[in-house]
Formats: sequence, C-alpha cells, structure tokens
Amino acid sequence: MFCILFWISVICHLLPEQAKQQLINGLALGAIYALIALGYTMVYGVLRFINFAHGDVFMLGAFAGYFLSPLVSRLLPAKSYLSGAVVLVLAMLICAALGMLIEFLAYRPLRNRPKLIVLITAIGVSLFIEYTCQHKAVFGAAPRSFPDLIPASNLHFGSLVVSSSQVIVLVTTLLLLVALTFIVQKTKIGTAMRAVSFNEKAAALMGINVNFIISFTFGLGSALAAAGGILYAMSYASIDPLMGVQTGLKAFVAAVLGGIGNLPGAALGGVFLGLVETIAGGIPEISPYRDAIAFAILILILLIRPAGLLGKMQPEKV
Amino acid sequence: MFAGSKRYLIAAILFAAALSPLLSWIASAHPSKIWDRYYLGIAIDIGINIILAVSLNLINGHTGQFSLGHAGFMAVGAYTAASLTWGAEAAKTSPLLGGIIFALALLAGGGTAAVAGLAVGVPSLRLRGDYLAIVTLGFGEIIRVILQTTDTMVRNWELDPTGGLARLLENMGGASGMKGIATLTNFGWAWALAAVTVFVIAALVNSTYGRGFLAVHDDEVAAGAMGINPVRYKVTAFVIGAFFAGVAGGLYAHHKQYLNPNGFDFMKSIDIVVMVILGGMGRTVGVIIAAVLLTLLPEWLRMLPSFTLGNVPIQLTDFRLIIYSLLIIGLMMARPQGLFTFGKARGGKA
Repeated sequence: MFCILFWISVICHLLPEQAKQQLINGLALGAIYALIALGYTMVYGVLRFINFAHGDVFMLGAFAGYFLSPLVSRLLPAKSYLSGAVVLVLAMLICAALGMLIEFLAYRPLRNRPKLIVLITAIGVSLFIEYTCQHKAVFGAAPRSFPDLIPASNLHFGSLVVSSSQVIVLVTTLLLLVALTFIVQKTKIGTAMRAVSFNEKAAALMGINVNFIISFTFGLGSALAAAGGILYAMSYASIDPLMGVQTGLKAFVAAVLGGIGNLPGAALGGVFLGLVETIAGGIPEISPYRDAIAFAILILILLIRPAGLLGKMQPEKV
Repeated sequence: MFAGSKRYLIAAILFAAALSPLLSWIASAHPSKIWDRYYLGIAIDIGINIILAVSLNLINGHTGQFSLGHAGFMAVGAYTAASLTWGAEAAKTSPLLGGIIFALALLAGGGTAAVAGLAVGVPSLRLRGDYLAIVTLGFGEIIRVILQTTDTMVRNWELDPTGGLARLLENMGGASGMKGIATLTNFGWAWALAAVTVFVIAALVNSTYGRGFLAVHDDEVAAGAMGINPVRYKVTAFVIGAFFAGVAGGLYAHHKQYLNPNGFDFMKSIDIVVMVILGGMGRTVGVIIAAVLLTLLPEWLRMLPSFTLGNVPIQLTDFRLIIYSLLIIGLMMARPQGLFTFGKARGGKA
C-alpha cells in the first residue's frame, strides 16, 4: 500500500504543473463518484439489483443540505467547519432514513420477485422522486444556488491552487471510506452484511435478521450518497432536482467498472472515472465527448474483464 | 402465395394505406376538433410506438436480454433518414417520388441502426444480465453525446465548411437539434410499417429458426447444449430489433420535423421498456396494447381537471408525470407479469 503511494507521489512530482492541477480536480470529482458508487455496489451486494433511485437520494442529500444550512447557522456560527459538519451529518441521517423508507415501501414487497421487476420498480421510484421534486410545490425545476457551508479560501502549493472545498471533499471522503471499511470489516453488523451478501438463506439460518441487514445497507448507502450530494453541491454551487440523473449514472458506471458488489472496486472505479473525465475535459479535442467517455471506458473494460476491474468471474452453474 | 398470416399482413397494410388518404381528407375538409392534427398526430405516434415496443420485445421479451438502449438505435435511424431526405426538394413536389425517397431513407435508417445493433450485440458475447443492460445504456448515451456535438465537429476537425460532410454535420444541429425535416410520415406509413414489424417479428419468432430466441430466453446453457448458438441468436435479436427501431426513428423524424439528441436519452429507452413490461415480456399482442395505452395515457392525463382546495388551486395536470411513475411502481407490485397476460406464459421461465 505505502509502496504504491510512494510511487504515485514520485510520478506526480515528475508531472507538469497543469497535469497536477487536473489530477487534484479529478481526484475531487472521483471521490464524489466513489461515495455514490459505494451505495450502488452495497445494495447490489445484498439484493443483486441496480437501485436506480440511488442517484436521486444523492440529489435529496444536496437539497437536505440546502434547507438545513440556514437552520444550522442560527445555532452555530455560519460558514464554519463545525456548522458544515453538522449539516453534513444531519443530511446523511435524513437520507439514511429516506433510503430505508424507499426500501421498505418499494423493494421489500418485491423481495422474492424476479430481479427485472425490482429493477423496473427502482426506475419507477427514481422517476417518482424526480417528478415530485420538480413539482412547483416541492423544489421546483429551476436550479438553486447552494449556500457556502465552509469558509471559501484557496491554498497555494507553488503554482498549484487547491480550493478549501476540494480539500474538504478529499478529507471527508477518506474519513467516510475508513469508517465504512471499519463498519463492514470489524463490526458485528458488517459481518452480517457480508454474510447476507454471500448467501442470504444461509445467513438467515444462522440467525441473522436479513430484513434488518438489508434495511441497514440501504441506510448506509444512502448516507454516503447524501454526503456525496453535499460535497458535490459545495464544489459546483448549483443544485436542481435532476442533478442525480447523470451523476448517478456515472457513479453506477464506476461501480460496474470496479466490479459491482465489490467495495474497494467501487472506490477505485469512482476515482478512476473522475480522473479520466477531468483529464479528458482538459483536452480540447475530446472535451465535448466528456460525458460519453465514462461509458466508452466501461464498454472497453467490460470487454476485457467482464466482471469489472476487481470483480470475480462467477462460473455459471447449470 | 398469400397463405396463413401473410393474408392478415396484406390486409393490414391495405387497410392502413386506404385509411391514410381518407383521414387526411377528413382532416382537411373538416377542421373540427376530433380530426385535427392533434388526434392524427397521436395516431401516428401510436404506430411508431408499436414498432418500437414490438422490436424491443424481440430483444427483451423473446430473447430475454435486457436492453436499455433502444432510444439510441432510434436516434441513429432518425438522424440517418432525416439527413437523407434533407434537401430532397422532389419529396415535396411529387408524392410518388417523395414516397420512394422516404422508403429508401427509412431503409437506410434501419440499416445504420442495425449496424449499431451489431456493435451492441457483440459485447453480449461475454456479458449477460445487468452488465449487458448497462452496456446498452452506455451505447445509447454515447450515441446521444455524439449527436450533441455534430456542430462542433466541423470546427474541431477543421472540415471544409462548404464540403458535403461539414454541411451535413452542421445541418444535424448538435445540441440545438435538427430542424426543417420534411413531413413525409402519415398515418398510412406509420401503421403499415407497424403491421410489417409485427408480422416480421411474429413470423420470425414462430419459425423453426426463431424458436432459438425462446430457447436462449429460457436457458442459455441448455440451448447451447442443444446445438443452438446463443451468441448468434442474441446478436441477431439485437440487429433485427435495432433495424426496426431505426425505421421507427425515421418515421418519428419525418413526423415531428424536429430532432433533438436529448429526446433520445435514457428516459426514452425506459418508456419503451415499460411498454414491453406492461404488455408482458414476449407477448406480442399485449405489447401492442401496452404501446397504444401508454401513448394515450400522457394525453389523457393532460386532460385532468383542475380544482381549488380551500384557497389553493390544484392543477391535476401538474401531477401527470408523478401519476405515471406511480403507475409503473403500482403495476410492478400488482401485476408484474404484465397487464395483458392471461393463462400460462409461453416462453417463460419454468
């Protein structure tokens, strides 16, 4: 691990300044993709279906931050790191509850139905959230500008400029990844999650409350998506009810890239995708195709490794 | 010569062709509310959607693959056909010549879409299930993004602005859309081609060769063990499905007279998928009924009343997309096998 980090840092030193700048921008975008991709991959791990509504939970997270920020700034000093953190945690809790609610209302009644049915339901849930939020009585379709959560400043490293929001994005993502790894690998509930993912029936026979674990997984994934939403809104300053569609799709691509169902794979896929997109955006000849690049890479990688970068090929059983 | 189901096909084409001048005559002679362009336009939309749904049914229903990129094939066909008829002044003056040009343009549109279908079908050599779904989705998005950048291509590639390619790309309009497409689609074209599509796909699936599609749907491994080449069937399904989607795209272009890449996004693909699922996967009649109903549904929802609750005016039409999404969820919970599926499923999972 450290060896890899060492070599990456050596390579980074050899790069020209502009490339380093792009690298930082790409990492910040990739970190957000990674956070959303983790939710897709976790749900796929336990339920084996693509939760299309996940991108909308990401959007709801950003809107939760939008509405919470003035409330929180009444109690705590506005634009401070403390109030920013409080907004983040509250939005994560709200979205965790929403994610669990979606699972309970829409997916649980369909637990034993064919995957395709659940997939279409997920698309229906996604449309429902998007259309409801676009209604003028809810959020309205017009974009809103996201309030500054933290003091805006730029850090200078030589000629490199790193904005404080980029630092926050990277640091928050790292902390969340560490926390997630701890939950999944070291806690009892994480062990249960892995057991359900491995074999749901056997897990149930071992006394694991499968419903609770699935609910918890949705909550965890949705909380990460909410964090991604707030970090995204901080970086791009504009939110609208359809912001989750493209970002959600790309994060899903990231999850598939890394091998769906594989947690480190999702993080890796997210960072990879963010880097590639940012680098492509910096080259004038390909920048108009920026949005297509994610999918082109996905197709190429799946042709070479059908189960994704870190995924394991499952032998087909008759 | 015209044995069995071919008779019905001929009858359907003749019916549509005969109805078409009648309808347009009524529309021009009586510009009343019932026969105005709005209703005729919806009738054409229905024909186009039947082609889309039945062709997707071959891929998603009969062959059991999950394609989320049908709108991409439609876009390829639409832009190809529209580019071919663009500038063909003869199409506006002589109906016969216009008809021939239109038919060739539709064929070319279907052909290019079929090539795109081949390009999507090849990854299915190694991919299945969710992975295939996401690859088809990706193809659709790639096509959309490429179409969005046609006007910038001229500048980026430094094409000669007077050259044919540059003018063609310029005319496609990039993100602002392609305008000024001749109105060549009428009721007869849409419904006759819908009849052809239904016939070709039904005849194909019911033929000895076509049983392979159902075998691949039921059990790929067992089909392979029986000497059926699943890959070949899957690729064939994609190519044929894409061909008809391309034809539908050509009809769509010459019906709406305007194309925008964003009209062919992931949501459009979902609309077609919903038609197939609602009709019951692999059920041709059900899928046709679903295509008709789902084309009419948004129009019905448009007519919802508005009322005031206390002092708050409530316009139910604002809720129509919300109602649409709730319907999808509700139907998946109540009748996942499709609305129009009765009795034992044919070609379903054992």
